[in-house]
Amino acid sequence: MDLLRFITCGSVDDGKSTLIGRLLYDSESVSLDVLAALEKRQASNGTVDLALLTDGLRAEREQGITIDVAYKYFTTPRRKFIITDAPGHVQYTRNMVTGASNADLAIVLVDARQGVIEQTRRHTLIAALLGIRHFVLAVNKMDLVGYDEAVFAKIATDYAELTNHFNLPAAVAIPLSALQGDNVVTRSTHLPWYTGPSLLEHLESVPGTQERADEPRFQVQYVIRPQTAELPDYRGYAGQIQSGEYRRGDRVLVLPSGLESEIEALEVSQQEVESAAAPQAVVIRLRDDVDVSRGDSIVPLGQQPTITRELEATLCWMSEQPLWPGRKLLVQHHSTLVKAAIPAILYKVNVQTFAKGAAESAQLNDIVRVRIKTALPLAVDTYQDNRVSGSFILVDELSGDTVAAGLVEAANSEYFTAPVAPPVAFSI
Amino acid sequence: MSTPHFDYLDRLEAEAIHILREVAGQFERPALLFSGGKDSIVLTRLAEKAFRPGRFPFPLVHVDTGHNFPEVLAYRDELAARLGEKLIVRKVEDTIKRQRLREPGGKYPSRNPLQTYTLLEVIEEFEFDACIGGARRDEEKARAKERIFSVRDEFGQWDPKRQRPELWNVYNGRIQKGENVRVFPISNWTELDVWRYIQRENIQLPDIYFGHERTCVVLPTGQLLGLSEHLRLDEDDEIVTRQVRFRTVGDSTCTAAVESDASTVEDIIQDLLLAKVSERGATRLDDNISEAGMEDRKRNGYF
Repeated sequence: MDLLRFITCGSVDDGKSTLIGRLLYDSESVSLDVLAALEKRQASNGTVDLALLTDGLRAEREQGITIDVAYKYFTTPRRKFIITDAPGHVQYTRNMVTGASNADLAIVLVDARQGVIEQTRRHTLIAALLGIRHFVLAVNKMDLVGYDEAVFAKIATDYAELTNHFNLPAAVAIPLSALQGDNVVTRSTHLPWYTGPSLLEHLESVPGTQERADEPRFQVQYVIRPQTAELPDYRGYAGQIQSGEYRRGDRVLVLPSGLESEIEALEVSQQEVESAAAPQAVVIRLRDDVDVSRGDSIVPLGQQPTITRELEATLCWMSEQPLWPGRKLLVQHHSTLVKAAIPAILYKVNVQTFAKGAAESAQLNDIVRVRIKTALPLAVDTYQDNRVSGSFILVDELSGDTVAAGLVEAANSEYFTAPVAPPVAFSI
Repeated sequence: MSTPHFDYLDRLEAEAIHILREVAGQFERPALLFSGGKDSIVLTRLAEKAFRPGRFPFPLVHVDTGHNFPEVLAYRDELAARLGEKLIVRKVEDTIKRQRLREPGGKYPSRNPLQTYTLLEVIEEFEFDACIGGARRDEEKARAKERIFSVRDEFGQWDPKRQRPELWNVYNGRIQKGENVRVFPISNWTELDVWRYIQRENIQLPDIYFGHERTCVVLPTGQLLGLSEHLRLDEDDEIVTRQVRFRTVGDSTCTAAVESDASTVEDIIQDLLLAKVSERGATRLDDNISEAGMEDRKRNGYF
């Protein structure tokens, strides 16, 4: 059985929480006591409000909105699903970015009465920016437009124009009613003109979570040194294979130092193996006694990422304090933490149009392109090439808060030609 | 290149090991909160996979309510000995005396709320900067919104509106003095996933997870509570002997048993596939108090 992680995005009243509630309810993933708690709250009008299945915090129940990213789980005989429910409001763009960062598929929800609106564009572009390649256009509330095929067709066409215009992957459009349960889990007789799959049928048949990049990437998280009588000299580099495959005997480089060695042994769950691949957690042992510490990358010779202290990146700014050029921050590139400065904000991206606009600063929820200089070199790929080695976060040095999500767009590789490598990045 | 296929349990396992190693890499003095329950037992197996042949970079910490099941305490000591890892036990009893707290009253006096006090004391005593716990997001609605790295202030409080965004698999554990982080490596696992993993890894569990005969008191809700010296029984309480098992292992005064003759992990998985009542709903008396029960306790420092 495999896994699919998906995000649901839609505007405030598109019925997103109801849709998730319906998926859980009709796939029999809701237990009796949880239903009883729901019914207790809805005794007055008799119907169960399925949205309450996802709105977990008191303020959310009081205001009838979703404030924070919620995670829900359900399993069918075919697949385990992890649902990320991200709020629709403009001010919660950062939560949408957070949810999209881990998703394989996005369900973009629209209200059949409203069609494609500004929020739809924004959600679609953000999901695409974060590298999601599978889209479902869920046209909800079909019951409120009399299950009219023409309404659905118009919306599907409008949305296809949007994806064509931005050269995005084509979406699968499904007409449904989360409230009535039409086409969510079971196909509905209310929509005889629609011959495609129900939403769940589609979710069960799209490719599940899989690794995309082939280039082998691995970062050391922790060095295992038992220093016992039996294993006095054991040094194992523990980490998760971020992409690609590693084999015993591979000639490798340790980055950013550039030292060369060979994989003497690969261990998975305390067993030596001939090869291992992403996303496995492994221990790598090298033949030579080279200096390796947390945050270093180990990659096969000839397949190096860019080693750089200067990069261009797209940021989603997530802090209430705006970003001004010149700001000093920390870059956390997975297991590496380095000091960095942002000398320039190049432009701001309009998330309705992808148009570039001038920007002096970045405000909460802005998407901006910036130049970043780091105190020590990083081993990166572009986000386009590798969703793992091309991603990072920015951390405020004083508060420790995560203030931005970063996507590497371009890296200056000049550094790699430098003759002498400086010491490795300090580890966290 | 053909990519090898990984099962969803492989992916959950890899994610959890990655999280445990981030804790080891980012923190000075982490700890693993060990309750003797199945979730924390699974954590110890994941820690073996993450850190062997080395030692765990953290001790196991048990907050003993004094109302624990004796089988679980025996299992705890045996497991710590087998792993050869350090076990720190701190008792709620001692916190009650030291802080002159009032013992919980009522018929079924749960020390669950008092666990938070002892937990905060042990964090302070050892200056733990990260505490790893076996909580899962599927357990409860408020948990569904918590991050994998959850920053707490010096009173252990969770502020759902001030949570850090958690992107990709980048975990930000940077904290200021006095703050600490609660880390939940199996956040994305469900109860069923945990059992399937126990089955796959052939993990031994305390006997109380399997069907056994036990004398219980029948609660007004119809739930069964195992008889123990800590309950304050009335004459008209209905006492029965049934074939039961426990789905969760918490304080014995607030953890109800379910009727079951499941004697193997396979039986339990079958039970679960048919079960229509959630884990906490079936067995926890403390969450039913109010709909926001868990949210309130987490805000107050509960893990």
